[in-house]
Amino acid sequence: MSASAIFVLDLKGKVLICRNYKGDVDMAEIDHFMPLLMQHEEEGLLCPVISHGNVHFMWIKHSNLYLVAMTNKNSNASLVYSFLYKLVEVFTEYFKELEEESIQDNFVVVYELLDELMDFGFPQTTDSKILQEYITQEGAKLEVAKTKVPTTVTNAVSWRSEGIKYKKNEVFIDVIESINVLVNANGSVMSSDIVGSIKLKTMLSGMPELRLGLNDRVLFALTGRDKGKTVVMEDVKFHQCVRLSRFENDRTISFIPPDGESELMSYRINTHVKPLIWIESIIEKFSHSRVEIMVKAKGQFKKQSVANNVEVRVPVPSDADSPKFKTSTGNAKYVPEKNLVVWTIKSFPGGKEFLMRAHFGLPSVENDELEGKPPITVKFEIPYFTVSGIQVRYMKIIEKSGYQALPWVRYITQSGGTLLIWRNKYLWLSYCV
Amino acid sequence: MTDSKYFTTTKKGEIFELKAELNSDKKEKKKEAVKKVIASMTVGKDVSALFPDVVNCMQTDNLELKKLVYLYLMNYAKSQPDMAIMAVNTFVKDCEDPNPLIRALAVRTMGCIRVDKITEYLCEPLRKCLKDEDPYVRKTAAVCVAKLHDINAQLVEDQGFLDTLKDLISDSNPMVVANAVAALSEIAESHPNSNLLDLNPQTINKLLTALNECTEWGQIFILDCLANYTPRDDRESQSICERVTPRLSHANSAVVLSAVKVLMKFMEMLPKDLDYYGTLLKKLAPPLVTLLSAEPELQYVALRNINLIVQRRPEILKHEMKVFFVKYNDPIYVKLEKLDIMIRLASQANIAQVLAELKEYATEVDVDFVRKAVRAIGRCAIKVEQSAERCVSTLLDLIQTKVNYVVQEAIVVIKDIFRKYPNKYESVIATLCENLDSLDEPEARAAMIWIVGEYAERIDNADELLESFLEGFHDESTQVQLQLLTAIVKLFLKKPTETQELVQQVLSLATQDSDNPDLRDRGYIYWRLLSTDPVAAKEVVLAEKPLISEETDLIEPTLLEELICHIGTLASVYHKPPSAFVEGSRGVQHKRLPGSAGSGESVESPDTGSAAGVSDAPPAVIPSQGDLLGDLLNLDLAPPATTTGPPPPTSSGMQMGAMDLLGGGLDSLMGDESEPLGGDLGGSPAMGAGFGAPPAAMPASFNAPVSGGLDDLFDLGGGVGMPSGAYSPPKSIWLPAMKAKGLEISGTFARRAGVVQMEMTLTNKAMSVMTDFAIQFNRNSFGLAPAGPLQVLTPVSPNQSIEVALPLNTVGPVMKMEPLNNLQVAVKNNIDVFYFSCQYPISMLFVEDGKMERQVFLATWKDIPNDNESQFQIKDCHLSSDAASSKLQGSNIFTIAKRTVDGQDMLYQSTKLTNGIWVLAELRVQAGNPNYTVSLKCRAPEVAQCVFQSYEAVLKN
Repeated sequence: MSASAIFVLDLKGKVLICRNYKGDVDMAEIDHFMPLLMQHEEEGLLCPVISHGNVHFMWIKHSNLYLVAMTNKNSNASLVYSFLYKLVEVFTEYFKELEEESIQDNFVVVYELLDELMDFGFPQTTDSKILQEYITQEGAKLEVAKTKVPTTVTNAVSWRSEGIKYKKNEVFIDVIESINVLVNANGSVMSSDIVGSIKLKTMLSGMPELRLGLNDRVLFALTGRDKGKTVVMEDVKFHQCVRLSRFENDRTISFIPPDGESELMSYRINTHVKPLIWIESIIEKFSHSRVEIMVKAKGQFKKQSVANNVEVRVPVPSDADSPKFKTSTGNAKYVPEKNLVVWTIKSFPGGKEFLMRAHFGLPSVENDELEGKPPITVKFEIPYFTVSGIQVRYMKIIEKSGYQALPWVRYITQSGGTLLIWRNKYLWLSYCV
Repeated sequence: MTDSKYFTTTKKGEIFELKAELNSDKKEKKKEAVKKVIASMTVGKDVSALFPDVVNCMQTDNLELKKLVYLYLMNYAKSQPDMAIMAVNTFVKDCEDPNPLIRALAVRTMGCIRVDKITEYLCEPLRKCLKDEDPYVRKTAAVCVAKLHDINAQLVEDQGFLDTLKDLISDSNPMVVANAVAALSEIAESHPNSNLLDLNPQTINKLLTALNECTEWGQIFILDCLANYTPRDDRESQSICERVTPRLSHANSAVVLSAVKVLMKFMEMLPKDLDYYGTLLKKLAPPLVTLLSAEPELQYVALRNINLIVQRRPEILKHEMKVFFVKYNDPIYVKLEKLDIMIRLASQANIAQVLAELKEYATEVDVDFVRKAVRAIGRCAIKVEQSAERCVSTLLDLIQTKVNYVVQEAIVVIKDIFRKYPNKYESVIATLCENLDSLDEPEARAAMIWIVGEYAERIDNADELLESFLEGFHDESTQVQLQLLTAIVKLFLKKPTETQELVQQVLSLATQDSDNPDLRDRGYIYWRLLSTDPVAAKEVVLAEKPLISEETDLIEPTLLEELICHIGTLASVYHKPPSAFVEGSRGVQHKRLPGSAGSGESVESPDTGSAAGVSDAPPAVIPSQGDLLGDLLNLDLAPPATTTGPPPPTSSGMQMGAMDLLGGGLDSLMGDESEPLGGDLGGSPAMGAGFGAPPAAMPASFNAPVSGGLDDLFDLGGGVGMPSGAYSPPKSIWLPAMKAKGLEISGTFARRAGVVQMEMTLTNKAMSVMTDFAIQFNRNSFGLAPAGPLQVLTPVSPNQSIEVALPLNTVGPVMKMEPLNNLQVAVKNNIDVFYFSCQYPISMLFVEDGKMERQVFLATWKDIPNDNESQFQIKDCHLSSDAASSKLQGSNIFTIAKRTVDGQDMLYQSTKLTNGIWVLAELRVQAGNPNYTVSLKCRAPEVAQCVFQSYEAVLKN
């Protein structure tokens, strides 16, 4: 059904650790993986599935590791990749960083986890919080505690343990929105979407029942509530804890939350958004001599709001040298390993306009290689503001002990995924000198 | 301190030291030692020598130590099967430990020790664990049943574990249900005919209830299992869909895809006018789009599946073009897949946007991506007629960039555009000709040559252009050579006066100096055409070509249906049926979509199902390779096909017979060569004789050394003294045309003159000619393999049937099949590779020297244990014992002795199989009683059933 064996390899393809789950494939087959991968890479045909005879490798890369699942059956590929990413998540929660060293330093726990995460190719318990209750790094200490399987493992509520206690019961709700906009060379918006996520930090005792109310248009239409400002969520994805059938029936988001931090839901909104920071640029390349860059950034959001940590990334030719910058605000820095100029503005008020000029020298002997034309990208975050206008209307918390709990809500249009991509909004001019 | 210290000790005598430490009295030291052992194991050192010492540490109350020892056991038990038994006691004990963690650990590890000897000891502990009070133990035990089944299926069945497993589907704990479902599905997959997952509305209801409560992985197991169910009617189908749709909102992409699979399949049964059908269609789009924000590997799987979904139900995503626009930082595999889907979704409504995007992509740097983008522009032109002009001008712009691979790719697609819109864009030919010199790829050269030949009358210097290619004729690839040959012939037909010399040159290059049979054949055909009837030649070569259809690379509808049933799996990623890449699954039934709504019965009938599938299927696929007619019309430049299936077996030897046959005539032709061909178009009589028999009239089996058809003739005519009585069943249909793009194969097996033959009738029920037949067998119980290539020397035209006899030998690779006489066959033709399986009567394998000496027979009969004896009844047989005996002898079942006791004739018979297995038989015939009794004794009792079937078949026919 899924994997016959799981391998963790280093960059050279050496097996750091592996687990044979089904015994139906020769473990030595893994030796074919790296040569094939390299061959595919050379031919420009890199693909997440590689096959060698009857054996199929599904792989992902994480820092300096390859995680490879091997099978000779018609496995559920999406399950395998989901599982591999889950593996990364669990290992990362256990070891902070997942890399070659952490695998070696913790091989006993890695073996234990591999044993618990999957059985005969079927993924089992993969919730790292629950796993940490009975698989720990210091085995000796836990002799006593470990004599029992946490009932959570097999409970219908497999993500929250019983008997959690807090002095002060609180939930922090972060509504984080990322906007992705693609602007064409002539300044028209090719595509735009908003991807939002609602994250929780739950510090609640017992087994609380939570209900989250959003200004969801479908819900309002269903209940015939007052009009107000509503949003249309194109698609919604929920954490395992949310009762999906309930949502499907009456759009109620009800759940028993996992303890601590978690992503409760994510949503996608298909409205047309204009770029919050508008970029105009002129990049002129005088072959064999210099590149001149002029970038103008304009904040197209409310005057009261401020965008923080704005980063405008402008691509430059790989053979450029001797950078010179001039900015009306903020700092410009050349990052040669990425062939970028990064212009950072700590605080960018709405309605303002700033300018950056850069000058690079070019060698007289030109680089023959054809270079791609990467777009200009902009990253930033605007606190206390969501592009979509989504609002948390209420968060009801009910626990049988009857305590009062406070929900705190925070809105951010966040950096991270927020990406304005300005494609070809610059010219590669080739002047002869 | 970290575990890495355990990796560092590499001194001499390490094993010795470890041994001492393992046997230490101190617990801590012991544990450290085991860790060192595991560390050594991890880095690939062989520490199997420490087996007894490590196993001695097994009995410990330290859980961590126990886990390590178990881990060691799993790795080395197989290499030390005898010592693995030492561990059994601890397993049995641990399965009764008060701590459920330890019970589960024991039952989990137990199943991973793939040593036959110890499996039976594990049954009792497993049985207990399956009924354990702790769900953690039960869910682990459920999986253990699948493990044990993999090692010893019979044992699991005998012990009744399968029933226990089925009971667990009703367990109160969702996790246990999920694992039981997973285990049962896994077992069912390897035993497709066992009706294990006996899905009925009650179990389905249980599964749907568990679906809401189990982990994300459990949900996937359950959804994948649900996908195998066929609802009774559209109402049931709808109610399942309604309960599955909430899963589309799950954060795990794999849950979403498995839900999509169930919905796509069950949707087939919903009437299209049902409101719910429309609602469901709308619900599917957003989650599919959201999958494109997942990790790149998951995006890739999603895109490959969306490609299938778009072909099956284009309406779902028709408004979502923009989400498939390529991002600058997408990995190449995502980019290429997105492009494919963009083309599929391209329509008049969105073509402007699509073209703008594609043009953008064509200026990127990634060569493969750029090429595909250029090709995509051409495909848009063909698909959306209104955009053709813009596409052509975009392509011309791209040609001006002079980027070599862009130019070549553009020329290849412009050729297709010419095919679709003849006489419309010829003005661009001049621009194309300018780039002639820069073309270095065969495909582009061939395309350019085709264009020159096709439009020879409008290109003033067409003869010069083509002549320039002729110089290096033999260095060109076949594709270019064939094009060049055709183009020059076209040129000659259009401008006969100036180009006689050229055409002679190319004909002689193709026929005389080339080793390539295709090229020679085509050369001769042209030569003969030109020399016998130039008017006819013109009609053939310059005939109007059929237009190419809009959609290319569409997956053939039956395959598409099958792939839809495999959404999310590797099959859907490869776009190949599982049988094409999973060993031993050839015989497994191909999954089908259920019949469409309206008629309740349609579910049972595969025909109705496929009819429904075809009716709303997209336009037919362009045959990926040229057929013969196409070849003559030089249509072999068909757009690149997505090949499915494994690389076809080569069949180069096939052409030789035909060539020899033509040889005589050709020699005389060569003799005449001094005469100018153009002047003597009447054709010489010698040539006429040489080519007298049109190839199509040749008996298909002419060249088969011992071919069925001809032998039959000889038998009748002269009686070539060979026993002709060997029973051969009548032909039955092995491969219905519906499943093989129009190729129908019916056949039977026969044994003639000691040679096993597969006799087949190939019928072409498709619209186009079929060529290039070849055959391969999968490994089978008796090593049957073709003794030579499949001799189909002539193309099979539509509605034509031909008879072929394929001699077989028994020296091929052996693998036991179920049933024993099952044979899995792959037949290839120019269209695709097809798979079917058939069963041969085992009597084909009875050899001529199967008569045992009387003494030997007696001794052997006694020697074979009575357990191996099996008895069968043959009913309604009205032969006397002598008649039966001679009839059986015809099939190489020899009577050694006959005894009559109380009016009952006992015939003692022997027969021998090709692989040397002897079968001894006692046939009892009671006068007046039409029921015979056969007792068979054989050292390999598995064959008894098959042998008995042969007895019955032979006696009754």
